[in-house]
Amino acid sequence: MIDSLSPTKPTPKQPQAEEKLTAKVTSFELKKNDKYYAWLFLGPSILLLTVFVFFPMIRTFYLSLFLTDTFGNPTVFVGLKNYTTLLKSASYMASLKATGTYVIGVSVFTIVFGLLLAAMANQKLRGIGFFRTVFTATMGVSVSVSAVFWLFMFNPSIGILNQVIKSFGAKPIMWLTTPSWAMVAVIATTVWMHLGFTFLLFFGALQSVPKSLYDAADVAGASPRYQFWHITLPMISPTMFFVAVITLISGFKSFGLIDLMTAGGPTNATNLLVYRVYKDAFMNGNYAQASTEAIILAIIIAIITFIQFKLLAKRVNY
Amino acid sequence: MGIELKGITKTYDQHEKPVLSEVNAEIQDGELFVIVGPSGCGKSTLLRMIAGIIPISDGVLKINGQVMNGVSPKDRNLSMVFQSYALYPFLNVADNVAFGLKARKMAPAEITKRVDDALAMVNLTEYRDRKPRELSGGQRQRVALARAIASDSKICLMDEPLSNLDAQLRVRMRSEIRELQRKLGLTLIYVTHDQTEAMTMADHVMVLHDQHVQQIDSPLGIYNHPANHFVAQFFGTPQINLLSARTAGQGAADELIVDAALHVHLDEALNAGTYTVGIRPNQMDLVPVMDNGGNATVINVEALGDQTIIEAMLDNDVEVRIVKTGQVSVDLQQRIEVSALGPAFVFGADEALIAEQRGMQDDRLAVTN
Amino acid sequence: MQMDTTVMNQATTKRRIGNFFKYVALIILAFIVIFPFVLGLWTSFLPSMDIAKGSLWGGHLTLHNYVTAFTQTKILRYLLNSLVISTLVMFAHLFFCSLGAYAFVFLDFKYRNLLFYIVLGTMMLPFEAEVIPNFTTVKMLGLLNHYSVMVIPFLTSAFGIFMLRQTFKQIPKDLKEAADVDGLSHWQFYWQVTLPYSKISLFTLAAYSFLGSWNQYLWPMLTTFSDHLRPVQDGLRQLQSEETFNDWGMVQASAAIVVIPTLIVLFFGQHYFKSGLNEGSVK
Repeated sequence: MIDSLSPTKPTPKQPQAEEKLTAKVTSFELKKNDKYYAWLFLGPSILLLTVFVFFPMIRTFYLSLFLTDTFGNPTVFVGLKNYTTLLKSASYMASLKATGTYVIGVSVFTIVFGLLLAAMANQKLRGIGFFRTVFTATMGVSVSVSAVFWLFMFNPSIGILNQVIKSFGAKPIMWLTTPSWAMVAVIATTVWMHLGFTFLLFFGALQSVPKSLYDAADVAGASPRYQFWHITLPMISPTMFFVAVITLISGFKSFGLIDLMTAGGPTNATNLLVYRVYKDAFMNGNYAQASTEAIILAIIIAIITFIQFKLLAKRVNY
Repeated sequence: MGIELKGITKTYDQHEKPVLSEVNAEIQDGELFVIVGPSGCGKSTLLRMIAGIIPISDGVLKINGQVMNGVSPKDRNLSMVFQSYALYPFLNVADNVAFGLKARKMAPAEITKRVDDALAMVNLTEYRDRKPRELSGGQRQRVALARAIASDSKICLMDEPLSNLDAQLRVRMRSEIRELQRKLGLTLIYVTHDQTEAMTMADHVMVLHDQHVQQIDSPLGIYNHPANHFVAQFFGTPQINLLSARTAGQGAADELIVDAALHVHLDEALNAGTYTVGIRPNQMDLVPVMDNGGNATVINVEALGDQTIIEAMLDNDVEVRIVKTGQVSVDLQQRIEVSALGPAFVFGADEALIAEQRGMQDDRLAVTN
Repeated sequence: MQMDTTVMNQATTKRRIGNFFKYVALIILAFIVIFPFVLGLWTSFLPSMDIAKGSLWGGHLTLHNYVTAFTQTKILRYLLNSLVISTLVMFAHLFFCSLGAYAFVFLDFKYRNLLFYIVLGTMMLPFEAEVIPNFTTVKMLGLLNHYSVMVIPFLTSAFGIFMLRQTFKQIPKDLKEAADVDGLSHWQFYWQVTLPYSKISLFTLAAYSFLGSWNQYLWPMLTTFSDHLRPVQDGLRQLQSEETFNDWGMVQASAAIVVIPTLIVLFFGQHYFKSGLNEGSVK
């Protein structure tokens, strides 16, 4: 049997020397495999991220400090001169402004319409399931399909929009060849494309607001409008923030729609940042300037993503 | 042979103090050995070191005479039941039981036989095709047991296996586990924070607290000879009364005085000084007195039917618990005289047990001696 | 008694009127959302002559546009290309991201956290800003105009690793310990426990990566030049830029053909998509 009255602080027993040695060596071995597994499991991802993310980022920055030849090789080191030139250029400023207009327009209208759809679909009505399905429909639409559908609607002569306008006796609009209307057109198409996804996010958020909050407000006699502003909005504000960030980011990355609908025109009115990078690099062969533009784009997106990380980590209700 | 722990220590960070220090014990073949202690005492850590899930920082672990430090868990040939049961949610009951056997590359026919036997033993045969989420808590618990049964190992480790069950089920499972352990001749190391489980199930109990082993003994051994304050307080409900007392008179004396009415007589004389005396609630007595006499005031009465628990405040502002069998009618605020019936423990300044006073033997004590 | 029913009747009437307006609003919204689809589908069935004249409601319906799309264009080839590429990307992406995530959750190695934050950091870097060196790289590797150029850069992603890491962290520690007692190797635990346990997240990531690859536009445009390799988005661009002025109907029919597979994927994946969104974003 074991000592029936062991002392409070047992006297340390000295294990024999060789036993102690084995203990040390082998317990180390318990975890030694992990290192090799880590190499095996993470190796491919690290390699790919290095080749296709880290290296190009550094290379792009490197190129932005040089002048380049038409093959994209650096020739003369110019320091930050590419940046100063770019930021002084009126056409780049116009691009920045156009991009700003575009991303803010897209974010605001996506949130407003997405929330409207979600709020309407979040009612107990007969047949509401049908509307919910319809509202998610645009999730399946890719950039090129959206562009084709909307290009047809914006067509100046046979497009449905101008047909409607004409039937009211008004003057038809040259949607994609008037600078300001072209911006409206690409924003409208982008918002439509995002609607399904945004609807789903907002709908999920609305559904997860505890019913008891509304019950309590009902008992307290709060009007539906009051409940919307003081219960619903604060509860779904994290989702609103999330939607705002992802539409902002995807707005800054917008390329396909611009390429298909306006090709940056008319007169550069929709020449957004990514499209500029593409044009300067692959059409004009000005790799240095394109790299500089790419770095500025990356910085903007990195800042927004970083803010998102920070705030998501807190998960606060605003 | 059994399992031998020699100076087992766990340190996570070289600079921090150990989470478990110098644990020594011998666990006999075929016994149910309970490791008990409050949360954070390192009992789960100790179990995981025995299992080989986490490495031992220092000391030696032997199973059947062989040093096991650093041997991988599967080569220690033991089974384990987890608090959360660790069932694979995507596998049905039978596959859950078979999982470990397949991992050990057992022959399919043998696996089928073992799974069938194990499920029959825990009465889950008809649930074999269900997924864990379709089972009640008790049934999930049985699946976890079946897994341990199906493995051919003679050593089983259980980590608080009953703590997720409701009270009634827990009582039933206690005896079922005990029965299984005997039937299969398992060496079972059982970790719990529940002193009742330790008392009712164990052959031997290890009390862990504050990174150290406090005591290892049979359940009644621990109840009757608590090594220190902590052990005395941890076992027995309601909790033991620990009262400050001084020796009577000037020199060494065989009587300890708590207050005028509350004295404890000792078998042997103790040096003059102040001690802590531990008296179990059922070894205290009370007599209602008139007016302001006596030495305490009743502050709470819990009538449980077969016994009555009275809490009283001694005049020196120490609370005492007294248990009387049967139904006793006492009023709140009633003045009473509290006295000791006899059996008591005396602890020194370092909180360790230094003397025991038998006095009148309690029925339960009579059995062991 | 009398008064009670009057109050009740008034309430009912009020509710009915309210519901009527709700339905009107819902129908208007649904119309706005679905109209571009309906119009696109509708015109895809109209004779080209009618479209060119701007007469959309002439009443002549024909499958001619679809016949032309299938026979005169490479639309089926584009679809097949996209299907192959997206499927490859999807499976590879699941595989490599889950392996990486496993390492970050279940393996103990030096600099694990540092490495994780570096990987996480790449989520901030947009692929669009890296196309110039990437184009040079794939050109150097001789991958231009090849399926692999549209697969290899997308085999893994910080987002996928991050998302699956969050999922894997939900796996109870007890399961790993139980597996240790049973002697499972890391590979076995990954394959037999981690993956089946995380099915829903894997489906979600699969849907994301499939759709992400399906919707790739800029990269394939830069790296593929021939019709037999071009994925569907860029194929449609090709058709649209070549054919718009003479054959709107055929372009609309092609768009309809393209949109159908994604709708099918969505229809079946919707459930996983929704739950994934809730897990991954802002619950």
